[in-house]
Amino acid sequence: MSLAELQNVKKYFGDVHAVDDVSLKINENEQISLIGPNGAGKTTLINIFAGTIKLNSGKIIFMGKDITHLPPYKRCELGLARSFQLPAIYPNLTVYDSVRASIISKLKKGKRFYSSVDLDDEVNKMTKEVLELFELYNKRDMLAIKLPHGDKKLLDVACAFALWPKLILLDEPTSGVSTIEKRKVMEKILSVSKEMGIKSFIIVEHDMDIVFSYSNRIIVMYEGKVLADGKPEKIKENAEVVRILLGKVK
Amino acid sequence: MKIDIIKEVSTIIPFKNTRFTSILIILFIIALIAPYVAPPFLTYILLTFFCYVPIVIGFNLLLGYTGLLSFGHGLFVAIGMYTSVYLMRNYGVTSIEIMLILAATLSALAGFGVGLLCIRYVRIFFAMLTLAFSMVFYSFLLKFYWLTGGDEGLGIYTRPALLGMKFDTLYIMDFLTKVYYYYVLAIMVILLIFMYRITTSHFGICLRAVKENPRKADESGLNVKKYRLYAFVISAIYTGIGGALLVQVTRHVVPAITYWTYSGEIVFMTLLGGFNYFTGPIIGAFVYIVLRDLIMSLTIYWRVILGVALLLIVIFVPGGLMGGAKSLSKLIIKKRESYEFS
Repeated sequence: MSLAELQNVKKYFGDVHAVDDVSLKINENEQISLIGPNGAGKTTLINIFAGTIKLNSGKIIFMGKDITHLPPYKRCELGLARSFQLPAIYPNLTVYDSVRASIISKLKKGKRFYSSVDLDDEVNKMTKEVLELFELYNKRDMLAIKLPHGDKKLLDVACAFALWPKLILLDEPTSGVSTIEKRKVMEKILSVSKEMGIKSFIIVEHDMDIVFSYSNRIIVMYEGKVLADGKPEKIKENAEVVRILLGKVK
Repeated sequence: MKIDIIKEVSTIIPFKNTRFTSILIILFIIALIAPYVAPPFLTYILLTFFCYVPIVIGFNLLLGYTGLLSFGHGLFVAIGMYTSVYLMRNYGVTSIEIMLILAATLSALAGFGVGLLCIRYVRIFFAMLTLAFSMVFYSFLLKFYWLTGGDEGLGIYTRPALLGMKFDTLYIMDFLTKVYYYYVLAIMVILLIFMYRITTSHFGICLRAVKENPRKADESGLNVKKYRLYAFVISAIYTGIGGALLVQVTRHVVPAITYWTYSGEIVFMTLLGGFNYFTGPIIGAFVYIVLRDLIMSLTIYWRVILGVALLLIVIFVPGGLMGGAKSLSKLIIKKRESYEFS
């Protein structure tokens, strides 16, 4: 059984076919890179998957359940988490509380009105674990808004990982990060996912170096459609992909 | 086990800062001895302030912790007030505990109904909707004269029984400033502790996440609308209890409580103290009530003066009095450090 499945998903914004009849199967243990030129529909597809925007037609199956019409928080409860292209943070929460909110959500403890969260060893232990894995523990008392850009991105990703999802959608986790730092961020994400036992993720990425180094499957989108889908070595040899992404003409 | 109990008890004391905790203890002692050392009118002002504490902290659960500005909280104050008065006048109920329980229940029900419709919206739309509900209730109170007393409102002429004890023979001012005062003080402290626990609970963290970034909270598995609704209902309960306590002090209730200007006063108190702080609205309520009484005795244009004060606060100290105090203390520490360094 596949982990997730998109069946004939369509999303039109007026005359613009942002996602046009896309069908995909995502299996466990797949580290997928979603690539394509600007406006190819990558982020729209991620937003549709996460439930942020509604599709026009099609079906989304996750963990054997039809999640097409489920709101984002319900999809999250099933094990789907995401990070955003522009770092989504809780500006006036501390780094510690930001991650703690995800942990509370994961443990379904949000309706505890009277128990002190500071005394909840389970929540605090898990929060510490995630922050240490992302090397943010020493910044735990800082307000999220005061973090440098790179750390904000990392915090956004850490919040998604703190949900211990079955599938994680990472929308350009290295955008705005210097070329040297990009590899560090990716190494960090991979090592943390290994440590936390999160085996499947989809990354939207523009840097081809990153894409070919860190994924075992690549999906290429172009003008809302899936242009190519396969192993990195196969994608590298695809003339159409090379032409569109790199501008080379063979 | 023993350590757990100590840890649990230590969290009841709201502030980790020991200096601040000592200030609180001193204030509590002052509140305890005030009826015996202060003139009755000062004790009366303090009593009014105690009644407003549940109202403003309830209101601030919505504004400061959930990010929703209600301009119709007068509605819930009125529910608390009219419930008490109605029970006393029409059903001969004297037990204040019954009044408080019923006021809280009716406020919760009203909060659930109003909240269910309002939490779909945020910002100005939420504010306008809550204001609209309050104004609809205002019209109802005005028009249904046989039930509500119309624009004259309803008065109470008996004293409530506190914990089953009756004080009918006591002079009203003595009852209010010597007996009722301590009852309200105790209720206020209990409600404060409850509210502090709510804001520092798992629920409290989630509320703040919902306030800071609802989209992210939603995609992190938090049902944003449900959290907003819970906050709205809790806020309504607190406000309703505050109203039920307050009506014993005012001895009279009029529809103007549901008029938008009264809700504006609750907003004012909260902004004045600083809605980003747990203690902000409490300080705001105290300063507002004292200032109002003071300025009222000097000029009939007290609303103009308070309006200008609000304007200045919003422009120069957007964090309210607490925010201003914090900035000032930071500045002093910085100056002291630079002085020591030089």
